[in-house]
Amino acid sequence: MKHLVILGAGTAGTMVANRMRSRVPDDWTITIVDPAATHLYQPGLLFLPFGARDESKITRHRAKTLYGSIVWNPSSVVAVDAGRRIVSLSGGEALDYDLLVIASGSQIRPGETPGLLGEQWHRTIHDFYTLEGAQALRRALASFHGGRLVLNVVEMPIKCPVAPMEFLFLADEYFTRRGMRDRVELVYATPLDAAFTKPTCNKVLSYLIAQKRIRIETEFSAAVVDADARRLRSFDDREISYDLLVSIPTHGGAPFVEASGLGNELGFVPTHPNSLRAKADDHIFVLGDATDLPSSKAGSVAHFQAEVLQENLRRAIDGRSLDDGFDGHANCFVETGFGNALLIDFNYDTEPLPGVFPLPGIGPMRLLEESRINHWGKLAFRWLYWNALLPGRPLPVSTRMSMRGKTPAATKGDPTCCANTAAVR
Amino acid sequence: MLREYGGRQVTVNDEGFMTDANQWTPAIADAIAGEAGLTLTPEHWKVIAFCREDAAREGQPPGLRRISKLSGVGTKELYALFPKGPGKLAARVAGLPKPHGCV
Repeated sequence: MKHLVILGAGTAGTMVANRMRSRVPDDWTITIVDPAATHLYQPGLLFLPFGARDESKITRHRAKTLYGSIVWNPSSVVAVDAGRRIVSLSGGEALDYDLLVIASGSQIRPGETPGLLGEQWHRTIHDFYTLEGAQALRRALASFHGGRLVLNVVEMPIKCPVAPMEFLFLADEYFTRRGMRDRVELVYATPLDAAFTKPTCNKVLSYLIAQKRIRIETEFSAAVVDADARRLRSFDDREISYDLLVSIPTHGGAPFVEASGLGNELGFVPTHPNSLRAKADDHIFVLGDATDLPSSKAGSVAHFQAEVLQENLRRAIDGRSLDDGFDGHANCFVETGFGNALLIDFNYDTEPLPGVFPLPGIGPMRLLEESRINHWGKLAFRWLYWNALLPGRPLPVSTRMSMRGKTPAATKGDPTCCANTAAVR
Repeated sequence: MLREYGGRQVTVNDEGFMTDANQWTPAIADAIAGEAGLTLTPEHWKVIAFCREDAAREGQPPGLRRISKLSGVGTKELYALFPKGPGKLAARVAGLPKPHGCV
């Protein structure tokens, strides 16, 4: 027997496992390794702080997301020995592989910033990138009586790079509905040089920042948090005081990546940008947030990558040359508050552009423009996620970005979209 | 667009980053740094040399974390040497493209 082993059963790993079921020869097994018994629909975390109580709809038992003959091994990965093609697991077990997919994602590392993790963590300092974090923030916002709420992105890359702006737009709506918007100051402290760094996005979207009265502190690279004084200090000694800090901490890859010598300075795996093969080893492929690619760390990217990867895993099994088909395509709904959302669609070479996005069966959706249908699209996506995306059923969105319906800008874009959608290369 | 630095014509993009790292010379670095209000010291040169070597090796300019982790110059010091956005400014002085998602 030959073995395909997938490390990580998040969006990326689960999708590719389910897709490979019908695509591996009969003498291949598929094993997926993930210690967590629950699969979390991460886009759902954005709405929890603002009162959503749909935890039961954004989590599902792991076994219900993996189909057919896939073996789920609930261990943690200790290390990968690429030379001997062995994965060692907690508990001393070892798995041999013929092909390996690293889909172990990206996690927040609040410990990287002194002062973030301490007595005030999940009291006056919060995150919303974990289920517990989003729930604690929901309690904190419910009892918030006004003052300055600072949202700080510590450093790039982060998962879902539009989430910070979405959070602030939703916070504006939340406090407005509670009749206390005038008592809340919303501040966005970002290490980047603008809220939206790309020309077209900035032109089209900067009105949102003014409309929602968000103050922006740019090129703010957080060095330390003084939790007692409630102050955030940057490396160049600027200070921002807060009443409530919502931090998007440094992100990094899974610890085993670095332990195996397969990671870059943040534990992300150097990956060929179009074929998704690991640069270090021909038997290893990388998918989703675990890569070091400048594409966004987002579910839609993992989906478009999975379509290229399923083809390349099959080609690797057959000993054929790989398809260089991944173009950095991302497609995201961006919540703008009060029941509206934007849709953006871009890739490595083309920045998000205005126009329409053709969606067979549903009709064209406006790009880079707020609308209700985009908001409903975002909410409806949860159903698609569980019932079509994860099981690996086809969705009516093409793998490669298409220029159909888009209005080209005068200047050529950069893959680092809008709200800083790209990762550090 | 063309810009004159250190007595030579070099092509730069609209954010002032050189588009061809091969056109770069130390004199150009001095001139770009001067434009940004910096006088280059041996510590600056240590960072510039690291960025150029790393970019040649990796095919892309290093970000701030990579510079601080691998060059031997810490983040705090990088901010003192290249104020505001050290990743961005060091890359510009070193004749490299703007780092992706850079700070």
